[in-house]
Amino acid sequence: MIFYLLRRLAGAVVLLLIVTMAVFAIFFLIPRLGGATSDQLAARYVGKSPTPAAIEQVKHSLGLDKSVPVQYGRFVKGIVAGKDYDTGVRKVHCAPPCLGFSFRNNLEVWPRLQDRIPVTLSLAAGAAVIWLLAGVSIGVISALKRGSLWDRFSMGFALAGVSLPPFFTGLVALALFSYQWPIFKGVHYVPFLDNPASWAWNLVLPWLTLAFLYAALYARLTRAGMLETMSEDYIRTARAKGLRERDVIVKHGLRAALTPILTIFGMDVGLLLGGAILTEQVYSLNGVGKFAVEAIGQQDLPEVLGVTMIAAIFVILANLVVDLLYAVVDPRVRT
Amino acid sequence: MKHPVTRRRRTQALIGMVAVTAMAATACGGGGGGSKKYSPSNKAITEVVNQSTKKGGTLKLVSSDKFDSLDPGDMYYASAWNFSRLMARPLLTFKPAPGNASYEFAPDLATDVGKTDDGGKTWTYHLRKGVKYEDGTEVKASDVKYAVERTFDKEILPNGPGYFAQYLDPDGTYKGPYKDSAPDKLGLNAIETPDDYTIVFKMKEPFADFNYLAALPQTAPVPPAKDTGKEYVKHPIASGAYMVDGQYEPGKAVNLVRNPNWDQATDPLRKALPDRIELLEKQDANDVDNRLFAGTAQLDVVGTGVQAAAQNKILTDKKLADNADDAISGALAYLAVSSKTPPFDNVHCRRAVQYAVNKSQLQRAQGGEVGSDIATNLMPPTLAGSKVTDMYPNGAKHTGDVAKAKDELKQCGKADGFSTVLTARANRPKEVAGATSVQNALAKVGIKVEIRQYPSGDYFSQFAGVPKWVAENKVGIMFMQWGPDFPTQFGFFQQIVDGRAIKPAGGTNLSELNDPAVNGLIDQATRTIDPAQSAAIWQQLDQKVMESAVIVPFGWTKSLLYRPSNVTNLVVTPAYSGMYDYLNIGIQ
Repeated sequence: MIFYLLRRLAGAVVLLLIVTMAVFAIFFLIPRLGGATSDQLAARYVGKSPTPAAIEQVKHSLGLDKSVPVQYGRFVKGIVAGKDYDTGVRKVHCAPPCLGFSFRNNLEVWPRLQDRIPVTLSLAAGAAVIWLLAGVSIGVISALKRGSLWDRFSMGFALAGVSLPPFFTGLVALALFSYQWPIFKGVHYVPFLDNPASWAWNLVLPWLTLAFLYAALYARLTRAGMLETMSEDYIRTARAKGLRERDVIVKHGLRAALTPILTIFGMDVGLLLGGAILTEQVYSLNGVGKFAVEAIGQQDLPEVLGVTMIAAIFVILANLVVDLLYAVVDPRVRT
Repeated sequence: MKHPVTRRRRTQALIGMVAVTAMAATACGGGGGGSKKYSPSNKAITEVVNQSTKKGGTLKLVSSDKFDSLDPGDMYYASAWNFSRLMARPLLTFKPAPGNASYEFAPDLATDVGKTDDGGKTWTYHLRKGVKYEDGTEVKASDVKYAVERTFDKEILPNGPGYFAQYLDPDGTYKGPYKDSAPDKLGLNAIETPDDYTIVFKMKEPFADFNYLAALPQTAPVPPAKDTGKEYVKHPIASGAYMVDGQYEPGKAVNLVRNPNWDQATDPLRKALPDRIELLEKQDANDVDNRLFAGTAQLDVVGTGVQAAAQNKILTDKKLADNADDAISGALAYLAVSSKTPPFDNVHCRRAVQYAVNKSQLQRAQGGEVGSDIATNLMPPTLAGSKVTDMYPNGAKHTGDVAKAKDELKQCGKADGFSTVLTARANRPKEVAGATSVQNALAKVGIKVEIRQYPSGDYFSQFAGVPKWVAENKVGIMFMQWGPDFPTQFGFFQQIVDGRAIKPAGGTNLSELNDPAVNGLIDQATRTIDPAQSAAIWQQLDQKVMESAVIVPFGWTKSLLYRPSNVTNLVVTPAYSGMYDYLNIGIQ
């Protein structure tokens, strides 16, 4: 088991290196292939109408005057060993894992990013609970009552959920429940530890918006999975044994149907922790996703690198957890 | 079996559709049909709305963007300059007053506007006595000198304008206080501080507009002992009525509280009404508008106007329109025609474009009459000393004059037309829509236009602002919008038509106009102190540029601003790109 974990961990490190190299390549190599010089890259980070002297200075301070491999080496070194930065007045030591200083606002990336993680975590976790509960139960009932009015209605609802993006449902939800009927007035993030009740109250709309999208998907998946497993031979056997219908459905049917859903759930949650971009944007929640959008929009390389790494780490972790959970849900995996 | 399945699918689809339409309907509802149109009241353009001296309360501000910096020495956004004055006192600022009065200087840290006795080479300012920082120490003239010196070091503070370095140290010998070997870090010889309350700026060449530089936030004092270089952005030391509460979190929030050491007796400008000012950055743009309508936020700090959805709401709802102002932002939207790319190196081919474009359609692309006024020359009518002229009349509604355009093409030797490339910024819907309009209009006279779109973040640093790139890609026409750094003709013209403003990258003289006559007029005007005389020179310059036809002006942009009725002392200030003046706003 330990050996397995170590192997996965090593794989994760390699993956992170590849991901960051890809970001570096996109950032530096592609513009260069298009003929852009390092002067042109640096000109992005100076104010309006920069003088050549100013561009030269910025190029130096951002390290853009060095070759791409050297810059990448510096980046990796910062993560492993930390880095020193000159603020003009003093040297600041940025302790490992040092993701560097933002190209745009000169501040350290890691503390700013750390600050964003709880927001996305709160959003994703709450929404995940809702969509899993709602999606799976709707799916199960639909499968059992196949063709009924409930089935048609809930699958129609699911279709709407899948087709409506959060920047639409979110804005409608805000228009209705924050402005028309101000039940959730002035939605903003409150840290859980400051006031748990206010934390939850403010997150209700974002949770529902996000969960609506996924619940729909999960309802359809569960329904399909249930329909398939419930027609399996072993279900008939279970019924023939005289098991209670509830046990047949939950222990035999749902358990088998859940395995693929769990995989997707793990991936989805992992991806979401890397930023629920649309939902965070609509509700102006300062999460990882919004951070990513801003970083990319501003071409802030250190911030883009930081957020990409965080997202990758979450996906890797989520996959690991899913693999471990598999063993619990599906006895066949336990060997 | 097949039949019921398809029927069920259909029912599902139907339910899905109904749900979608129902939600769409609720989303669009509330506007009430939208048949009747209302005009914005424009009240805050001509007067200070909701005048009040009532103190107290918390002012809640929002921004769909973020400041480039909160360090007064490192900012370039007009909104940041406007906002910075709540905490920092530059030597001069602009009067918080409507219309042309906002162009008048109001001495802030200084007791009076700068005086020159050698035709504009030396400028002297006297500081008010008893102005204190948030820590209780008094502001000294050397702190202003230090603040200006800081702006020389682009390695540490890259964002702000570089005018001080350009005029005070044209040879680039001084590298800024962070690399200064003088023990007090005040090694710049061009600024002298004979005593604690006097500061003298000395230049080699006369510069008539120097007072505008003194009105930049870069002249707000910075105590050298408290300077933290790159980290100063987190908590700039306040000299104004408010100070940062804790630290600024870029892209998130900043809260201002009263500066306990600010003394009203030293400050005739600030009313300092609210007890607390909270600003949330990077908020969803549409939600920002909703919050303004609901009154839960008092102002959108970006100041470039509401989104399309909110614009429709305002124009169809009398109550909202009463609280809206359609302000001229002082920026010019234009097509920069290359003076180098053939066949545009021939003036007649450029003039053909002047006649051919449909400015009425371009105005529609800008958001209609609310979005811009049709421009026929360069200088915006809101600038002091400007004069509206039309050298290339192309129809009563400026829809284009095909005959005249074709005539110019003949003189250019391209009677059968030609092909060219036009660039626009992909993430600016107004430019993208405008590009199609230009394409259609030029097609009518035989000029085939290929549209290419680029991200706005790289437009100047990688594409249109790089002469080499423009030449290699044979770009003939470039979409451009220009708002001056300071509200003077110099600020408006210098960066877009002066040949010496052409740079290998990041330039804004996209046409690459390098006409000795134009450059000469700019020099002549900057040396002319008398406003009436200099206005005449600038008007001549405007004509000169129009004659060369390298700029096809089509819109003086406007922004539709909304002010919730619970905000006091709101006035549109042309001095800061036509946004509201943030100096004295309060809450009822």
